[in-house]
Amino acid sequence: MKILIKKGRVIDPKNGRDEILDILINGNIIVKIDKNIREKVDNVHVIDASGLIVAPGLIDMHVHLREPGYEYKESIRTGTMAAVKGGFTSVVCMANTDPVNDNKSVTEFIIKQAKAEGVCRVFPCGAITRGLKGEELAEIGEMYAAGIVAISDDGKSVKNSETLRKALEYAKLFHIPIISHCEDEDLSKGFVHEGKASVMSGLDAIPAIAEEIIVKRDMAIAEYVNSPLHLTHISSGGSVDAIGEMKKRYNQVTCDTCPHYFTLTDKATLSFDTNTKVNPPLRSKEDVDAMKEGLRNETIDIIATDHAPHDITSKDVEFNIATSGISGLETAFGLSLALVHEGVLSMKTLLKKFTENPAKLLKLPYGELTPGSPADIIIFNPDLEWTVDRNTFASKGKNTPFHGWNLKGRNLLTIVDGKIVYRDPVFK
Amino acid sequence: MKWSRKDLLGIRELSKEEILLILDSADSFKDISRREVKKVPTLRGKTVITLFYEPSTRTRTSFEIAAKRLSADTINISASTSSHVKGETLKDTARNLESMRPDVIVIRHNMPGAPHMLSRIVDSSVINAGDGAHEHPTQALLDLFTMREKKDRIDGLNITIVGDIAHSRVARSNIFALRHFNTRITCSGPPTMIPPDMESLGVHVEYDMNRAVKDADVIMMLRIQKERGGISYIPSVKEYSTIYGLKAEHLKKAKKDVIIMHPGPMNRGVEITDEVADGPYSVILDQVENGVAVRMAILYLLTGREA
Repeated sequence: MKILIKKGRVIDPKNGRDEILDILINGNIIVKIDKNIREKVDNVHVIDASGLIVAPGLIDMHVHLREPGYEYKESIRTGTMAAVKGGFTSVVCMANTDPVNDNKSVTEFIIKQAKAEGVCRVFPCGAITRGLKGEELAEIGEMYAAGIVAISDDGKSVKNSETLRKALEYAKLFHIPIISHCEDEDLSKGFVHEGKASVMSGLDAIPAIAEEIIVKRDMAIAEYVNSPLHLTHISSGGSVDAIGEMKKRYNQVTCDTCPHYFTLTDKATLSFDTNTKVNPPLRSKEDVDAMKEGLRNETIDIIATDHAPHDITSKDVEFNIATSGISGLETAFGLSLALVHEGVLSMKTLLKKFTENPAKLLKLPYGELTPGSPADIIIFNPDLEWTVDRNTFASKGKNTPFHGWNLKGRNLLTIVDGKIVYRDPVFK
Repeated sequence: MKWSRKDLLGIRELSKEEILLILDSADSFKDISRREVKKVPTLRGKTVITLFYEPSTRTRTSFEIAAKRLSADTINISASTSSHVKGETLKDTARNLESMRPDVIVIRHNMPGAPHMLSRIVDSSVINAGDGAHEHPTQALLDLFTMREKKDRIDGLNITIVGDIAHSRVARSNIFALRHFNTRITCSGPPTMIPPDMESLGVHVEYDMNRAVKDADVIMMLRIQKERGGISYIPSVKEYSTIYGLKAEHLKKAKKDVIIMHPGPMNRGVEITDEVADGPYSVILDQVENGVAVRMAILYLLTGREA
């Protein structure tokens, strides 16, 4: 089966492309990108993309698919359905499942399950330490052989600096990055950002330095052992400053932030809506501005969702005991397009942070539109106005602080490996 | 002005007019408690539930007396005797209570925002009787009532709040209320007990207690919130009491007619000496008396609008 995408504005940061072109897919491969491709009508499915943008499928390097162990929150099936709806064709799933993905049998299970049930590509991220306990190294080599693309104890930092040093050194053997969740445990006993809002709410607070201290420590160790380090879900302006400084002299450090950190401030927590409870916490207006500036000046390489779906009961409790996290796959791209509408980023730069940059970091052969490469493609309308309705989420996780928000821009069609896996009802 | 809110969840969202409406209503309720027959039929047929997840003597008794003097039926539920210990969530407790059709639920909870959550679930009026370190609106209202009663005004007062500001819902609610008036609010206490962004609430921070009490019209002493880890913020209670305990010598630096307030429970010999607590400047027991009047006013405004 062939697919011909006609007359779309093709934006591909990797190949520096931004023009009206046709794309021909044969089987699972992009075979041709050119002006006005002509094919016999009888054996090709033609998609009219005029007025729309055609881009490489987005890559989300930070999601929680919850399987195995927490299928009541999300499964590989529902999580990947949410992904393709949101425009993602590849996701990297974190290791904090039950059992933890700290050995090859769990890695193999996830990969097998993703093949059977998943609707997009799923790349497991292995644990750094056994059981995410921060003590002994997990069997990184065996997990690597089974298919992990990175290692992370996401959910917490590796508290012991020597353990982190060993992990950074050992990971060099496989050329995979360590993804670091930056949070000083002792300074993080609260639930919201320490600032003006926490003074008003009386909620126990976490200062921004809890993140910044670990950002600086982890970068110091990575530089010392000359190993790649990726700092995930960065939320504070101080972290962006520190990373910017480090990047001037050390080129193996990268970072990402999430849409909620450049969209919402800690003010949102004053409603005590537990959907605003996320880790790291929503921070100040100054931090939000620093995220945007960091994205603009390329200090922040990647936008990830930290998609953290939860069941209703985990959130429908008092703020202190509610679980942290936002179900983000279906709102991330719409929220991020606001950066283009506001003039913070060009469309090409935004797409780069969702495609070329994560692909490069994780050494994935995706995130580009190159003849001969696998056909992972999305078609989206950057100007379509729509209202977020969590009840229509494909994800089991309805935990979003953006319910009822009006967003501009939405994914309309997703192709993974040459197959149309999602089509928006408005896109005939 | 008429009262229109279903709930009293905090002071932060109240207007100055709403605060004054409560204080003015409380004026007329204060007399009732001093009569021979301390009961009026205003809330006859209404049901008031007090749902307390934290221990309380004053606040709970005060609400119960206030409700009974208005002829409401009152039911008290404590977390220690409720299904909470069997693992029932606040949401389920709320829905069960709601099924019994109370008119008002008074809730005290150790977590900020719990009353707000309750109010979203139930149709009954919800009164926040203290939620963690967040707010304690009825305490602030009785404090303002007492200040106005003793000073004939709130505008122009210098108010000094001393103690564990970070963990104090009483301090927060008082600050939110007093901001509406032309007051100078000074917060004092160990730097570990005052959040870095405290001044964003429009208050002055003065760690030195001797300077903080200078020219004060009102000194409000707070206790160390041991249940919120307050004790780890200071080296010892002895050292705290040496530096921040209110003693007679402090009063000399304040205005001549200074009043000393404390929301209770007092830790005598820690944040306040016996001499000051029982001395002529203390209005601590007036606060307790006024608490009943203010809570009657609030119950009346929330439920008794047709009366």
